[in-house]
Amino acid sequence: MFSNFRSYYMYLFLFLLAGIIFIPLYVSIAGGFKTIGDLRTNSLGLPTEWIVGNYTSLLVDNKFWLFTWNSVLYAAGTTFLVILLASMTAFVFAHMKFVGSRFLFNYFILGLTFPFATAILPLFLRVRDLGLLGSVWAVILPQIAFGLAFAIILFRGFFRQMPSELFDAAFVDGCTYSQFYFKFTLPLSTPIIATVAVINLVGSWNNYLLPLIMINSESLYSWPLGIMVFRGEYITDWPKILAFVSLTLIPAVVFFLALQRFIVAGLTGGAVKE
Amino acid sequence: MNSAKYNALLSKYSTLVIFIIPALTIFTLFVVLPIIEAAYYSFYRWDGYGDPNKYVGLKNYKYLFKNKTFILSLKNNFYIIAISLFIQLPFALLVALMISDKIKGANFFRTVFFLPYILAEIVTGLIWAYIYDGNYGMVAAIWNFFGADPPHMIAEKETAMIALYIVIFWKYFGIHMMIYIAGLQNISKEVLEAARVDGAGPITTAWRIKIPIILPTIRLSVFLSILGALQLFDIIMPLTGGGPSNQTHSMVTYLYYFGVMRMKFGFGSAIGVVIFLICFTIAITYQRTLMRKD
Repeated sequence: MFSNFRSYYMYLFLFLLAGIIFIPLYVSIAGGFKTIGDLRTNSLGLPTEWIVGNYTSLLVDNKFWLFTWNSVLYAAGTTFLVILLASMTAFVFAHMKFVGSRFLFNYFILGLTFPFATAILPLFLRVRDLGLLGSVWAVILPQIAFGLAFAIILFRGFFRQMPSELFDAAFVDGCTYSQFYFKFTLPLSTPIIATVAVINLVGSWNNYLLPLIMINSESLYSWPLGIMVFRGEYITDWPKILAFVSLTLIPAVVFFLALQRFIVAGLTGGAVKE
Repeated sequence: MNSAKYNALLSKYSTLVIFIIPALTIFTLFVVLPIIEAAYYSFYRWDGYGDPNKYVGLKNYKYLFKNKTFILSLKNNFYIIAISLFIQLPFALLVALMISDKIKGANFFRTVFFLPYILAEIVTGLIWAYIYDGNYGMVAAIWNFFGADPPHMIAEKETAMIALYIVIFWKYFGIHMMIYIAGLQNISKEVLEAARVDGAGPITTAWRIKIPIILPTIRLSVFLSILGALQLFDIIMPLTGGGPSNQTHSMVTYLYYFGVMRMKFGFGSAIGVVIFLICFTIAITYQRTLMRKD
């Protein structure tokens, strides 16, 4: 009796909380279908009249797709290179004994406590002086650099748990280190690759501060920059802004629901495994 | 040394060098050097062209700690940390305890509560900027429904920070909940079964067994929460942009508006160094004391 009573309140609480999470998302998506007048008098209900123009005008807008494509490039480039470079480095730390290996590892680890904000001004100067402003590398290289430390820790932990018999057997058969890395280590590491991929994909896709500093030409805008400029243009024409918001929201939610297992494992497991 | 062994050794060292150099170079060029350069630039007044030559000593720092807006931004960062630690994390733990067991709908609730975390900060900020809008937003609609004059929450000094706390709570409690759930699910079934046999109720079990066991996980989430709060930027930009009248800056938005936007490379770097020192001190003391055993 007591337990039923308690679980009744618990579910009430959980559903209320779920409502608080959902409502902002719902009003945004619905708001994109409303006229500005409708939004003013009826911000919670369904649209009185469904206006699709806000959505369709964005979907035929070349800029919208350009910004999305740029973000894909930044995210894919960053993720691919972080996985490659961090796994190679972690492979060395996990399997090779050499003088200074501990020092080098700690050197990378130190990077975990470095706040990105401290580096932005000198980073801007470095990228400018290397002549990379105005190229995708202005975003990708710093993102890789700041993604490496954590990825190396995750990879190293995973590589160390691989059975050493495998390693010994391969060496007796005359396998070199680099062959072993490509033939055994990488193919056997899909779970940790997925974790590192999720962390870097989500991080790059949502990144705002770095592109904000590095990019000044519209042709290289990532979508977060694009949406902020759009917001600046339309100010209180909320239906237009909400349509843009929703168009970025829907793929994120679909992506999340489809790959939920990997994403949750990646983002929380990534944190916990540290 | 025979030649086969020599070749193997050569292959080992060439692999070592080839495998490690790219990461080492990028990491040094784009992480380590910029941090060191920030410390160096912070002693100069410099617009970023030519070499920094106007040495000003500690002037940038002195100005910073006399500046009311910076002090406020520092305070804001610490208020956000306090609210995260004393309200958000306990709340996340409570929810985690409710839905870590196999109750009906546990997966549904986990998914929903985690969802805001994967949304971009910019999008989160824009959604809530709309919700708080005094003319069109949801908050206004609720006020209007009761026949009251709607507040402009993010445009008024008194309420802007509260509005920001709510958004931070909405977006981030899910990740902490998920981290706790991951910890709770690692507790062995035998321990919980033993507690049940001894007649411990759910609250006793949570308080006496589950929470003590996941303490390392809690410490980790506290740590992540503090470092995250100190670097808050993205979510503030679309929401308040540090306004009204500079009331809602974090240290990083302050750095952006007063260092980057004004091309003050020396002054901006000094702000960066202060952020660095705070993060670094907290990280080191935390790891030396609380997380040493984990």
